[in-house]
Amino acid sequence: MSRFRRTIRENAVPFALISPAILVILIVVLLPLLFSFYTSFSNYKLIRPDTLWDWIGLRNYERIMGDWDFWVAFGRTVLFLTVALNLEMLFGLGLALLVNKITYGQRTMRTIMMFPMMFSPILVGFQFKYLFNDTIGLVNNALQALGITHEAIPFLVDRWWAFFSIAFAEIWMSTSIFAILILAGLFAMPKDPVEAAKVDGCSNWQVFRHITLPFLMPFIYIAMTIRSLDVARAYDVVDVMTGGGPAGRTELLWTLIARTAYDDARMGRANAMAYVSILLSIFFTWYFFRKLMDARKHLGAF
Amino acid sequence: MPSRTKDILIWITTFMIMLIICMPGLWIILSAFRTNGEILTKPAIWIPETLTLDNFRAIFGYGENVVGVPVASYFRNSIIISATSTFLAVFIGMTGGYAFARYRFPGKGSTFLWLMLSRTVPGIALSLPIFIIWSRMGIIDTKFGVILVYTAINVPFTIWLTEGFFRQVPQDLNEAAQIDGCTRWEAFWKIEFPLAKSGIASAGIFAFLTSWNEYALASQLTRSTDSKTLPVGLMDFTAQFTIDWAGMCAMAVIIIIPALILTFLVQKHLIAGLTFGGVKG
Repeated sequence: MSRFRRTIRENAVPFALISPAILVILIVVLLPLLFSFYTSFSNYKLIRPDTLWDWIGLRNYERIMGDWDFWVAFGRTVLFLTVALNLEMLFGLGLALLVNKITYGQRTMRTIMMFPMMFSPILVGFQFKYLFNDTIGLVNNALQALGITHEAIPFLVDRWWAFFSIAFAEIWMSTSIFAILILAGLFAMPKDPVEAAKVDGCSNWQVFRHITLPFLMPFIYIAMTIRSLDVARAYDVVDVMTGGGPAGRTELLWTLIARTAYDDARMGRANAMAYVSILLSIFFTWYFFRKLMDARKHLGAF
Repeated sequence: MPSRTKDILIWITTFMIMLIICMPGLWIILSAFRTNGEILTKPAIWIPETLTLDNFRAIFGYGENVVGVPVASYFRNSIIISATSTFLAVFIGMTGGYAFARYRFPGKGSTFLWLMLSRTVPGIALSLPIFIIWSRMGIIDTKFGVILVYTAINVPFTIWLTEGFFRQVPQDLNEAAQIDGCTRWEAFWKIEFPLAKSGIASAGIFAFLTSWNEYALASQLTRSTDSKTLPVGLMDFTAQFTIDWAGMCAMAVIIIIPALILTFLVQKHLIAGLTFGGVKG
C-alpha cells in the first residue's frame, strides 16, 4: 500500500493532468461498455425495464449465431468494407499519382481534392439520395436526357443498384483521405532511386512496381488504419439513403443494431450484436496496423 | 508525344476528375437556390431560370412557405453543443497531452493505447448503453448529455494531436525559463503554450467538426428542439409526406458552410490530424 501511495505522490503532477481525460472516458465509454457487456447476457427489452435483471447467459449470442438475417447483414458489411476500402485505395492512388505529375495549379487541385472531406457522412448520404432519386435525381435525369435509358433506374430500390449506390457514396466520401495521404508519401519520396533505376533501363511500370509502390505501402496502410477506425460512419450514410431497406436489402451490421435496439426494443440482443461490431472494428484496425508495422520494417531493410 | 502536350493532357484529365468529385456537392448548393417546383419539373430543367433565397428564408421561418422543421433551434443547439464540447475537449486534451509529452509516469504507454482504442467503438454500438444510462439519469434529450458524450469522443484525438505539438516545442526552452526564475506554470503559459497555440487551435477545429457532423449518437440521444442538432434535424424532412428537396438542400448548405471554412483553415494540419500525428507529412 505504501508503495502505491509513493507512486501516486511522486507522479502527482502527471496523474492530476491526465485524470480529467481518464474520468470522462471512464464515464462515457468504459462504464457504458461494461454495462452493455452485462446487458448482452440479459433479456433486456426497452419497454420493460425490469427485464434488465433477467440473466439469460449466452442465449443472445446463441440466437444471433443462428440468425440468418444477422449473418446476411454481417456478410454484406464485410463485403461492403472490402469493396469500398479496395476501390478507395485504387482511386486514391490514381488521383495522387495524377496530382503529383501536375506542375501548374497543384495546390489548388489539392484543395479541391479535399472537398468531399468537408461533407459530414449524413450530408454525403443525403446528397446521393437526392442524386440517385428515381424521379427527380440528377443521374436519372441525365441518363434519360442523353437517351441511355428510357426507364428510370431504381438506384435505391433494386438489390444490387442499392448496394452499388451506398458503396458509391462511401467511396466518394473517403477516396480523398487515401489520395491525400498517398500524395504526402509521394512528396516525401527520395528521387535518387527512381533516377538510378531509369538510368539502369527500368521501364516506368517497373519503377512504379518495385520502387514507388513499396515506398507508398506504409502510407496506404496508414490510410487503411485510419479508415478502419471510423468504418462505422457508413451507418450515417446508409441510414439517410435507404435506412437499411427496402426490405433489408442494404442492411449493414450497424443499421441492424439500431433497428433491433430502438425499433424492436430488444436491447439485450442488440448489445450482443454491438459487441460483434466492436470486435469487427477492432479487427480491421488491428489488421491494418500490423500491416503498417510490417511495411515499415520492410522499408527499413532497404 | 512532346512533354508539353502530355502535361496539358494530364492537367485536363485531373481537372475533369476534380469536376466529377465536386459535382454532387455543387449540385446540392445550386439546388438550395432553386424553387422546389423547378426541382420537381419533368423533363428536368438544367439551367435554373430563377435563383432565390426563399428556401433559406423558409427554413428559418420567414416568408410565405414556412417549413415545419425548426431549423433555427437546431442551428442554435448545434452551435452550443459543438462549441462547449470543443472547449472542454481541448482543455482536457491539452492537459492530458502535456502530461504525455513532458512527463514519465508508470503505465504511460498502456494508458495512451487504451485512450486511443476507445475511438474504435462504433457510435451506434456506444449509443445503446449510453441511451439506457442517460435515460435513467434523466439527461436524455438535454444539451448537457450530448456535450458530455462529444467531449469524451473528442478527448483521445485532441490528446494525440496536442501531445505531438508539445513534443515539437524543445524542452530546453521550458528549462531555460525555469532557470531564469519562472515557475513551471509560468513557463508553460509564457513559452510552451504560445508555441503550440496554432496546433492546439487546429485540434480544436477538428473537435468542433467532429461534433458538428456527428449523427449516430445524436440521433438516439436527442428527441426534441431542446437538444436536436442540425444533422439529426435534416432527417425531419424525410418524415414528412412529400420531401421538400429545396428545403433540405438549403439546410445542407447551412451545415456545410462552417465545415467548409474550418477545413480550409486547418488545411495545413490536415495530414497531421488525419494520421493522428503518426506521420509527419
